[in-house]
Amino acid sequence: MTTTKISNRTVTGEIAEQIAVLNYRYAQAIDDRRLDDWPDFFIEDGRYLIHPRENRDRGLEGYWIYCDSKRMMLDRVLSLKEVNLYNIHYDRHSISNILVEDAGGGVYHTRSNYTVVQTDTGGISTMFSVGEYFDQVVFMDGEPRFKEKIVVPDTFAVSPLVAIPL
Amino acid sequence: MAPDDIVGLSWPKDDLTMIPYGVYINADVFDLEMERIFHGPSWNYLGLEVEIPEPGDFVTTSVGTTPVVLNRGRDGSIHAFVNRCAHRGAQVVRETHGNTKVHTCIYHQWSYDHAGKLVGVPYRNGIHGNGGFPNDFQPGAHCLNKLRIEIFHGIVFGTFSEATPSLVEYMGTPLKERIEALCTRPIKVTGYQRQRVRGNWKLYIENVKDCYHGSLLHSFNSCFGMFRSTQRGSSVMGEHPYHSVLTTYGVAESEMVGETLGAIATHKPKFELEDSSVVDVFREHTDGMVTTILTMFPCFVLAQIANHLGFRLIRPISPDEFELVWTNFEYVDDEPWQSEVRRKQGNLLGPAGYLAMEDAEALELAQQSIHGDQGKGHAFIELGGRAFEDQDHLVTEVPIRGFWKGYCEIMGFATGDGTAASS
Repeated sequence: MTTTKISNRTVTGEIAEQIAVLNYRYAQAIDDRRLDDWPDFFIEDGRYLIHPRENRDRGLEGYWIYCDSKRMMLDRVLSLKEVNLYNIHYDRHSISNILVEDAGGGVYHTRSNYTVVQTDTGGISTMFSVGEYFDQVVFMDGEPRFKEKIVVPDTFAVSPLVAIPL
Repeated sequence: MAPDDIVGLSWPKDDLTMIPYGVYINADVFDLEMERIFHGPSWNYLGLEVEIPEPGDFVTTSVGTTPVVLNRGRDGSIHAFVNRCAHRGAQVVRETHGNTKVHTCIYHQWSYDHAGKLVGVPYRNGIHGNGGFPNDFQPGAHCLNKLRIEIFHGIVFGTFSEATPSLVEYMGTPLKERIEALCTRPIKVTGYQRQRVRGNWKLYIENVKDCYHGSLLHSFNSCFGMFRSTQRGSSVMGEHPYHSVLTTYGVAESEMVGETLGAIATHKPKFELEDSSVVDVFREHTDGMVTTILTMFPCFVLAQIANHLGFRLIRPISPDEFELVWTNFEYVDDEPWQSEVRRKQGNLLGPAGYLAMEDAEALELAQQSIHGDQGKGHAFIELGGRAFEDQDHLVTEVPIRGFWKGYCEIMGFATGDGTAASS
């Protein structure tokens, strides 16, 4: 198992709260299907990766989504809104166990758990994806932004597809 | 179970332009497929030599629904055997991959070597003269069921049947040549992707032989100018209609150099990408092929899409579900910038792929409706004509019918009975 240790540099208080709120706002934007807002949670050269547990633990890349700039995220939003076809559904995120560590240089490393439940057109809810977020957060004009968000789904056999960001 | 015992299926047309929907949902059909196809004269993808480089390395997979272990022995040889204890049926190897000296079943600790040979039986001679197995117990008669294997350019295939012809004979010329072209250089696995799709496994193998849907379902192609309708392509089956190689060719080299595919569309793309690196393509095959989708009966796919390279295995789970396993790769001698191009193009394929995500949705829609209507009626497949022939274009569904031709032969389904022609 690959683990990333949170050391005794764990941060609590206002900064930790702001970072927690950043995650909650991020999740709410996705759940509200405000996809245009999604890239704005990142800095310009921010990275968004979905790296399934199976590959991460084996030291392999094999991403589902690999965006190494905000522009690539904007492209995904455009494609999801205008081009791609996928299952019609609602998403509902729950984020817990948010732990923040001061990595120095104004960068905070965050590790948290997420669960996404999807509900289909028949009103049936299914546990879609559970896993971890490994984030790097920086503050710009006092506002926290993701420098990097690596989603690591334990649910590495996804059913049936991943369209909307996790 | 014999083909004639399966009720409700009709194959009205000899040319297989009509496929009975029941074949996607019928549990008896599924059981017969396991027996006649997956345990019959077919070669099934098991994995890659590079996945088990060291003695004792193993990976688990399946042939049809049968769990299988692929294992490298102490002497470097490769073996495959069924992952079911010869004693009481428990799954012996529980990890998905690893390295071990011996495989020990947790239930009663029967142990097996790298070839599945029984090498250890606790209490075989009893304890203090009590119990134990009878004197005529022969360990050699209780080994894990072995598969016959053949390896072609590092790709390991297995078969349960002695009747299966040699691998090269089975695959035929087009597959042999294309695999040689893509897999001669040493390869390295870059990662796996798995999708569980609530659909019958045959819907997916049809999908990867279906040239019709490429630019229609997957609008990313046309909206971002990746596909041009006049692009040269071909649909080839060769000696065996149940395999196929679908190909598109790039445009003249002068147009490719330094250009993205987005820049070579005949019509202006509907949308423009902010970051076109996802569709940046470098030319690496002298024959000019930019897309190859190769399928080998029953469940193996090798696809080169731009610079993205990957094997796909369709693992049937039940009549209504399959797992699609993508094993993506690059070449060992790739330059770092080439690895980065392939990494970026990874956004095009897989469960979140711009060019792929629609397939799972379309297949689930098909399965739901076929089920809802209890498998009545027939699918209609006539694009590209009613013959079984190779074609130098992609406006065709002929390879899908080629699959069904092989399928009906191996399953023993008589076709052309003329019934239910109106449905």
